[in-house]
Amino acid sequence: MLSLRDFTVIRGGSKIVRDVNLDFEEGKIQIILGSNGSGKSTLAQGIMGIFPTDGHIFMDGEDISSLKVDERARRGITLAFQEPARFEGITVKDYLLISSREKKLGEVEDALRMVGLPRTMLFQEMDDSLSGGERKRIELASVLLMKPRFAILDEPDSGIDIISFKRIASAIKEMRNRGTGVILITHAEEMISLGDVASILCNGRVVVTGKPADVRRLFTKTPCPIREVR
Amino acid sequence: MDEMYSREYEALVKYFENSGGDPRALRSSEYASMVINHNRVLHVSEVDGIQMRFERMENGVEVWITVNENVVVKNPVHLCFGMLPRSGRQIIRSHINVGDGSRVKFLSHCIFPKAVDIEHVMDSDVTIGMGASMEYEEVHIHGKSGRIRVVPKAIVNVGPGGYYSSTFVVKTGRAGNVDIDYSLFLSDNSSASLFSKIYGRYNDKIRVKESMYLKGRKSRGIIKTRMVLRDRSSSEVIGEVVGIGDDSRGHVDCMEVILDDATARASPIVYARNPKAKVTHEAAIGSVDKKQLLTLMSRGLSEEESIDVIVGGLLR
Repeated sequence: MLSLRDFTVIRGGSKIVRDVNLDFEEGKIQIILGSNGSGKSTLAQGIMGIFPTDGHIFMDGEDISSLKVDERARRGITLAFQEPARFEGITVKDYLLISSREKKLGEVEDALRMVGLPRTMLFQEMDDSLSGGERKRIELASVLLMKPRFAILDEPDSGIDIISFKRIASAIKEMRNRGTGVILITHAEEMISLGDVASILCNGRVVVTGKPADVRRLFTKTPCPIREVR
Repeated sequence: MDEMYSREYEALVKYFENSGGDPRALRSSEYASMVINHNRVLHVSEVDGIQMRFERMENGVEVWITVNENVVVKNPVHLCFGMLPRSGRQIIRSHINVGDGSRVKFLSHCIFPKAVDIEHVMDSDVTIGMGASMEYEEVHIHGKSGRIRVVPKAIVNVGPGGYYSSTFVVKTGRAGNVDIDYSLFLSDNSSASLFSKIYGRYNDKIRVKESMYLKGRKSRGIIKTRMVLRDRSSSEVIGEVVGIGDDSRGHVDCMEVILDDATARASPIVYARNPKAKVTHEAAIGSVDKKQLLTLMSRGLSEEESIDVIVGGLLR
């Protein structure tokens, strides 16, 4: 179990996310909805340890607030950025092998197949030659290989075509089937329906948590029910 | 080959092998190759279509390499220039002529494993014939300590429709004091690429000055530099592309990562003397990209391991 208690994330000297209390379970998909600027990506990066925080983050009851990004990753938390990084001179194969626990090529090929990318892509560089959709799918393959306890996916479905979308959805389901707790930031209806629980983030605060269908209806009607000056 | 020459030859081949080279390339008659220690030519192997001639100088060797017209050289030509002594000066003055319509690739290994105080000067002139192609890769294998000064200079003329590419690499050991000065002159429809990959450490000083004159119509050229500087090392990179011919296109691309107390200065110069020419540049100097670093750290690599992966990719 990963639990946030009075969790506040500070970015550029301001409290962007405030007093969040949420529990994430392994083998469940928790959807995070929110309008642009509501603090979703900041929350994701706060959980990963990228920004300074107040409050607490517990993993199996242990406060891990003081752990650095790599230490959290070694405990089984990982993050896929909304806009994945480009790496000059690093092939897809080399990149995926970094996450692979077994360090076996077969495992890397399986992960690539799972996100619907051909084996030939292994030898391509992780640079501008890849499309945005390909980079997002490679990122998911990397998360799959890591077999994390908790995966934070920041809009893995944004700006991609319908075929890639289906592959990404099935990869996320596969993560859940393997017992990973998925924290999924999304706007897409089809993705929301994958969730077990959903929350709305509004002006940096969690305002509603409930069944995904109910939360989605509410979000469509009133994306941010509270107004607040930060 | 007398006993001393044989010993030196075997030592250089061993260092070459230990640094990842395939020793068969220096032993097989299917490869053209030349092995030089200081001012002694230890081994020469020619293949059909290539002639190699040399003259010993006081502190080095003058070399003439000629590739006949319309020859496709199947295997890369291996040049192994080294200094086994701890100190001294080595000058390699080379004259390379690639005949019309020929294709050849050179792999040059410069080996200074025990350098305490060494200067290595490469002074080259290269002529690429009409429609000919030459690729040249120079990899330096230096020791981890000592003073070494590397001065590669080249003047390259690329004939009509010709192609020239050069890659200069110093990644292992200390780069030392590197002072590169290349000038390329491109004819009609020719193209060229200059690529430097250098890892500076300690108080290494690296200067790269590369100029490309796009004289011919529709000539194309790119100057690319990738450098990583740590500790108190410093660099100065001057990449110059001059657009002279109609519809000539040139680009300068310099990326340097600086860590610790290192410093870097980059001056891309783009100069068009013809309104139909187009010359562009991009340069970036800074620390390791934060998103790359955080991505790798969120996969469980430490900060130092992540930097090594990023830097390794940049210099690959």
